[in-house]
Formats: sequence, structure tokens, C-alpha cells
Amino acid sequence: MSFEPKIIGFTCNWCSYAAADLAGVSRMQYPPNVRLVRVMCSGMVHPKVVARAFEKGADAVLVMG
Amino acid sequence: MSKHPRYVDTEKCIACGLCAEKCPKKVDDEYNEELSKRKAIYIPYPQAVPQKYAIDSDNCLYLKSGKCRACEKFCPAGAINFEDKPETLSLDVGAIVLSPGFTTFDPTGIRTWGYGEFKNVITSMEMERLLSASGPTEGHLIRPADKKEVKRIAFIQCVGSRDLNKSHNGYCSSVCCTYAIKQAMMAKDHVKDLEASIFFMDMRTHGKEFERYYERAKGLGIDFKRCRVHSLEPVKETEDIYFRYIDDRGKQIETQYDMVVLSVGLCTPPSAMELAYHAGVELNEDRFVEFSSFDPVGTSRPGVFSCGAFSGPKDIPQTVMEASAAAADATRLLRSARNSLTRTREFPPELPIDAEPRIGVFICHCGTNIAGVVDVEKVAEYARTLPNVVHVGRNLFTCSQDTQDTIKNIIKEKGLNRVVVAACTPRTHEPLFRETLKAAGLNEYLFDMANIRNQDSWVHAGQPEMATLKAMDLVRMSVAKVGLLSALPGIAVPVNQTGLVIGGGIAGMVSALELADHGFNVFLVEKSNVLGGQARHLYRTWKGEPVEPALHELDARVRSNPLITLCLDSTVAAAEGFVGNFKSTIVGPKASRVVEHGTAIIATGAQGYVPEGEYLFGSSSRVFTAIEFDKLNMMGDRRMKEAKNYVFIQCVGSRCQERMYCSRVCCTHSVQAALELKEKNPDGEVFILYRDMRTYGRREELYRKAREKGVVFINYEAHQKPVVRAVEPRRMEVEVWDHILHEPLRILTDIVVLATAVIPNPATAELADIYKLPIDADGFLQEAHAKLRPVDFAADGIFMAGLAHCPKPVDEAVAQAKAAAGRAISVLSSTSINLEATKATVVEANCDGCAMCLDVCPYKAISLVSVQGTAGKLNSRVEVNLAQCKGCGVCQATCPKDGIFVAGFSLEQISAQVDAALAG
Repeated sequence: MSFEPKIIGFTCNWCSYAAADLAGVSRMQYPPNVRLVRVMCSGMVHPKVVARAFEKGADAVLVMG
Repeated sequence: MSKHPRYVDTEKCIACGLCAEKCPKKVDDEYNEELSKRKAIYIPYPQAVPQKYAIDSDNCLYLKSGKCRACEKFCPAGAINFEDKPETLSLDVGAIVLSPGFTTFDPTGIRTWGYGEFKNVITSMEMERLLSASGPTEGHLIRPADKKEVKRIAFIQCVGSRDLNKSHNGYCSSVCCTYAIKQAMMAKDHVKDLEASIFFMDMRTHGKEFERYYERAKGLGIDFKRCRVHSLEPVKETEDIYFRYIDDRGKQIETQYDMVVLSVGLCTPPSAMELAYHAGVELNEDRFVEFSSFDPVGTSRPGVFSCGAFSGPKDIPQTVMEASAAAADATRLLRSARNSLTRTREFPPELPIDAEPRIGVFICHCGTNIAGVVDVEKVAEYARTLPNVVHVGRNLFTCSQDTQDTIKNIIKEKGLNRVVVAACTPRTHEPLFRETLKAAGLNEYLFDMANIRNQDSWVHAGQPEMATLKAMDLVRMSVAKVGLLSALPGIAVPVNQTGLVIGGGIAGMVSALELADHGFNVFLVEKSNVLGGQARHLYRTWKGEPVEPALHELDARVRSNPLITLCLDSTVAAAEGFVGNFKSTIVGPKASRVVEHGTAIIATGAQGYVPEGEYLFGSSSRVFTAIEFDKLNMMGDRRMKEAKNYVFIQCVGSRCQERMYCSRVCCTHSVQAALELKEKNPDGEVFILYRDMRTYGRREELYRKAREKGVVFINYEAHQKPVVRAVEPRRMEVEVWDHILHEPLRILTDIVVLATAVIPNPATAELADIYKLPIDADGFLQEAHAKLRPVDFAADGIFMAGLAHCPKPVDEAVAQAKAAAGRAISVLSSTSINLEATKATVVEANCDGCAMCLDVCPYKAISLVSVQGTAGKLNSRVEVNLAQCKGCGVCQATCPKDGIFVAGFSLEQISAQVDAALAG
């Protein structure tokens, strides 16, 4: 079986989360490997949370803002 | 007012798109400039408000021929209504704002450009769609005709602008130079080795920050060619476009491009002319609304206002300013009726909640939008197995009104104290569901949404199994988070309904009067002992209106207005507070006092650049700045009376390394002055030495007239500035390189006028420091958003107007002053403001007052305080001002000790979501 990465994405409510919504409205298709966590600003993502995601088995973490 | 039938009930339409999918009729999509197709039932463009479908009655098969009704058959919400009829509405209103906008010039049929005939000649509007990710080519720069990637592209400026030969538009459209640069830069982003050239007459990047943008474009290799292209020809085999032009050395060059973009100008659409006619509003000969510089959003008919391109071509920031200004002027008339039609919704008191979460999960089918891809039944089954979930429901449309009632009842019956809705996006629907919680007596913050439509079923349509797994994960994440949420109390801050305006120039006076005319008390603070600011030095506006009488009138109105407290010889020395609750210390000639106010408007103006040592300024008694020239000319100074020849030198101190911006007003001023000199003495010679003549908008008419009257315009380049020499006791020689003759030209002149830059007032920086406001690289005030919030700061309750923001003429300063007042009134007209409760909260046990969060807080909402600790010791810790905090949580990510968190987005809550995401 091929490798399927688990990706955690932290997305800013005002930009990247909105962009992810717009991708949906535009029916853009992308692989279902990412789970987005909505935050009020990418600046609120503490390094500890990023480390925690890796600890818990994430293969990649995206912080988008 | 007549309202066209939409044939879709907007209350019922859920914008699922099934109707458009089933509609058999394809129509050219006008939004994509007919480069792609849409259906006869459609949403005009992705960001349309409301996001609801409409039937195009000119193309609908049923409405045309009585057969089809496919949309009606498939609409899951029963929103189609073919019985819809045109309505005539009669409204009783106290004011009208007209903002019908513009249309672009249609170059079809004009042989010179071959638009409509040569496939690879397109308009800039079509280019805009080609560059858009949501456009017909998804942002790929390919030629519509043969899908070939574009490698060489040319932009031709002034198509349908500054041209009375091929169009009826003598005016400059103001925005095309900058948009052409933008499109060229975007195109270069799309195609790495793209060659882009812009053929222009004058590069008019007179807007704030635009000059720097122009320089950046040059740095990126965009080729700017100053010449008018005579005509375009197609190359038969390749359909490339061939043309000849004259380069800056006078040589004829033959060239070919893959595609040519015509930078089309802005015009008033016939429908808007019709509207003006019915509204009884006068249009000028260029078919724009006629206005006065001192009343820029007024029209010829009292009570009717206009904003945007209806009163002349302009860019977005100016349009937005005028919109706020028109709103302010309209509401001034409606003042007595303020709040008379508002209704307040009543909610039951909040129920106390148990510590143990009792979670209800509502899964939305969204018609087939979610259920067509995601196995919602499976997701619901799964949700039932999650900890603390006591209820799981499925709804065809969770957002429908009857479902709100259902949810409300279930909350009560099952004693739910947390709610998860798995549906679309919280960005559009969270407010609705929060209301439902409130209606059920539950705190609105005990809620979370799992986005299983926009971020799941819509983007994984081809992978239903994976989409279902993802939906399960998203529901698990929301359930994990919602269990950790606590009720948050609503935050309301009182508003002191008093305004403060700093700066008594035209902008400050207009702002103060607008506030007072709305019934608010205002403090107007002016540093000097007179009102008027820079306008006291101005002779007339570009429209020829004398400035002095208008200033006198403003001055008298300010002084006689009982609501305005005028503080002359005064400055603001200190300030504290936040929106609705500021305290500023005004230091006057005799005493200082602290005033409390809800909003502040900064209108501290600007200054003229003093060109010490440049072009003999300071050493010759016949070299003046433009303002000095106006004064001496008005006073009938002997030097002016005796003079025959004049030379104006443009861009003195502007558009240079030290000040990379255009001062916006000087070209028009020089042209206007030259024209008057020439009219007075047709035998005298008047020269204007310029880099780009920037007589934007309808100011272009002055430029055209000046040329007709024989004013001589000579272009010079920044690296080859003119030289002024004293050659005779009362005359000077100005040497400038002539680009047509290709040799230096020496002009003997009596007077040299320097069009000097507008530079920031140093007092602005001091005030910015006091109110913690940002200043841009040039020393002007930095607005919250260059396009959409041109008078706001990022901090609430403080606004800007006039020259302190950037150089601008009187009419634009007045519009901005009214806009700033309008924005302030939106705060002052309520006695309190409700704020979102997702704010930074200090964990007193953990905070040791290290203050690292103070520096990173972008809103300056955190301060350090001393608190009584154990054993009589004073401890430091931070405190958050809830009115200033925007809940961004930068403090949370910075704090090394978990001493501060944002309610609703705490580390614990975010971590729970991460854990849940990875637990599957």
C-alpha cells in the first residue's frame, strides 16, 4: 500500500481558512489527507501545538496565515 | 423603483448549485467576459451577495418557450418560483445615494486596434478574467484562440481615454496605468520568462504607494515604452499581432506580440445616464455627475448624493471614501429618524450549565451537497459512539428556519449543553446557529462547526469513502473541542458620544462640522492660531473654484457651531483609552485639559517641500515654489507683471529616491497656472518641463487646453534633470534635453516655478506615537487596508483624513474628511458597543509579568500591572484591555508559561482538536 501522509493544517479564520472555503465553492479537488484546525490568527499557533501534532503521528504540519 | 423578477425565492435557495447543473441552457458568461459559459440559472460571480441563484429570463427555455422547468424539478429546497412577477416599489426615503458605477470603453469596430477582428487582441477586462484563478483558464495565461501560452505581451494604454478622435472621452480614466502594471506583473508571475511591454503616453501612478509599485515593475523587467501605437495588424499564419512604433531615439521599430491587451477606459453606462435623468441629477459633458470640490458627493439636486465612478473615473480607495462620505451626508439628513426603525431581539435568560458536557451533533445533508458524497448515515452512527454525545440528528438543511426550531426544542428536551453542527462553514453560518443556541437559553459560545461541505464533500467529490472518513474525523475534532468550551459572558463597552478632531485644515473642519451636524459634540484642536491649514495658501481648485471664500465659510460655520469646541494654539500631548473611551490631554496657550471622547480623527495635514539649493532656489529672486508663485501672482508682484517667459519644473522633490511617491496635485496646478498666464499674455512663452503629466480624470481637459493655447511641454527623465543658470541680471537660462530634437534645448526665462513635493507634517509622527498609530515608509499615516479601509486604522475608533494620509487635492480631502466623520459616526451613534467574547484571558496563577506578550501584541491591548502578592510583596502581571484585544492570540503563542490564552482557542482546545484529528 502506498504511503498516505497525515497532515495537520492550522488555518487563519480571516485568510487561509476562508481560502479553503473558497476552494470548496470553486469545487477545486485536492487529496483528502489534510485536517484543518481553525484558529483566529496563525500567530496564535504555539510551537508546542506543532510539536504535539508530530508527537501524535502527523507526517506534516502546515501553518497557513 | 421597479424590481425585476428573479424566479428564485432567496429565502429558500441554499445555493447548492443543483439547478445550474441540471439546467440545459448554456449562455455566454458575461462575468468572464464571455470567455466561458454559464447556465440560464446562475450566480453572477463567486462572491455575489446574496449567494443565491437567479434565472436569466432572456435565456431560460421555460420562460422563452414554455418547456423545461428542470431546475424546478431538481431543486431540493423548492426555491424556484416561475410565477415571480416584476414589482413596482414605492419607497418613502429622506435621501438617495446613487452608485451605479461604470462600464469599460468598447473598442469593437475601431480599425486601429482590430478588437473583435483579431483574435489575440483583448481588453484589459478580459485579461483580468484570464489572470484570475476563478476565471475561464483558471489563471493560466493562454490565448483564447489557440490555447498557446503567451510569451510576449503588449499593453496599449489610453484606449477610449484621452482620445477625442476614436472615442468621445477626452478625460483620463485614472486607473488604467496602475492596472496595466498590475496585470503585467501578475502575468509575469504566471509565465516566468514572459516579456511584457506597456506602451503609454504618460505613466500615471499618482495613487498612494503606486509610484513604488511602478519602480518595482521596472525592476522586474517590465518594459515601458513612451509612445502611441498607430495601429495593429495580424500576422496571418500565427495570429500574432504585428505593429510598428517609434522608440525614444526616434527610430522606427517593427515588432510582434503573442497577445495585445487594450487598456480600456471607464465610461458612464447608458443605464446610469438614464438613472441620472430620472433622479433629476445633472451630468457634465463627459457624462459624469457634476459636483463641487467642497461638496464632492453632492449632486445638483439636494438630498441626492453620488459616489464612485459615477462622478468621474477613480480607483477603489477613493470610491470607498466617497461611499462613506455619501453615507455620512445622507444620514445627516436622516438624523432625526436615527434608530426609529431598529428592533431589538429578545432572548431568554441563559440557563446554568452542568460541568459534564451533554453534546448534541447535527449533521447536515445540504440537499445532496454533502449527502451526495459523504455517507451521512455512517457519520451519524459514528458520532453516537463519541464521548459525551447524547444526541445525533440529521437534517436535509440544517440552516432552514424550521430546523432552527427543531434544534431549539431538542436542546431543551435533551438538556444539551454543547452543540456541534457538521455542515458548511462557520464563516457564513456560525452566527445563525449561535442565535439558535441563544434562543434555547444556551450560551452562544458553547458551539462548534465541523466543515464537512466546503472543506470535504465539495473538494473530495470523487472519493466518497475518503470524504466520509474525513467527515468522521472532523466531527470527532469538533466534539473534542466543544466539550472543552465554556460559556463566555458578552462584552459591551460604553461609548462616549463625543468626537475629537485633530488638525484645523479643510479636512479637520469638514470632519468636525459633519460630526456636529449629526448632533455630536466635537473638540477641534488646531496647533496654530488660525483655521485653514495648507488651504490658506491655495488660490483655486482644479475646477477653478476660488478656495478663499469657501475657507471663510467653513471657518465661520465652525466658529458659530455650538457643538464644536474650538481649541486654537493647542496640541494633544498625551492620550489613553480605546474605542468609545478615549482620554486625551489638550495643551492650550494657557492651560491644559483632559477631554473624554469616543472617537478621534487625525487630520494633521502636510507641508510643502523647500527645495533649498535646487534650481537656484534661494539664490535667485526669480525662482519660486508653486505656492509662492500663486501668492505673488495674486498680489500683482512686479516681477510677475514684467515677466514674459515662464518655465515650470515638475517633480521637484517628488518621485525621487528620498520620496518615492507622486505628490498628485502639482501637474494640475502647473497646467492651470500656465494656462492662465498664456491667456493673459498670448505672446509670452510658457514651458512645462515634466516627467509624466499626471492630469488625471477630468483634469485632462486643462492639459488639452494648455496645449491648444501654446504652452510648451517638454519631457525630461529623472537621470537628466533640467539645469537652471543665472545668465543675465533678471533672466535665467534653463537647459533641458529635447527628446524630439535629440539635443539640449536652452530656454531664456524670467521666472522659474518649481512644482515642489507635498511632504509629511512632522507633528503627524508625534501624534501617531501618542495614539500608537502606524506611519508608512514616506511618513504618512498608514490605513488599515489600502483599498477597502482607506480612512480607518487597524485600531478601532481612530480615523484619518486629508494630507496626513497622502498628497491629495481639495475635493478628495473633503471626501475623505466626510468619510472619516461617517466612520466615526458609526461608533458615536450608539451608547455602547457589543464585542466578540473570544479575547485573550490572563491565567493569574501562571503569569509572572515577564511582559513578552506586550511587545508582540499588534493591538497594544496588553499592559503590565502590579498586584498585591503574598507576604505584602508586589507582583507584576499583565492585564488585557478587552476592547482593544482582537483575540488573535499572538500572546498565547509567545507566552512561555501558559499565562495567557484566547477563550475558545486555548492551547488545550487546539491540542484536543489535533489529538482528535490524529486519533482516527
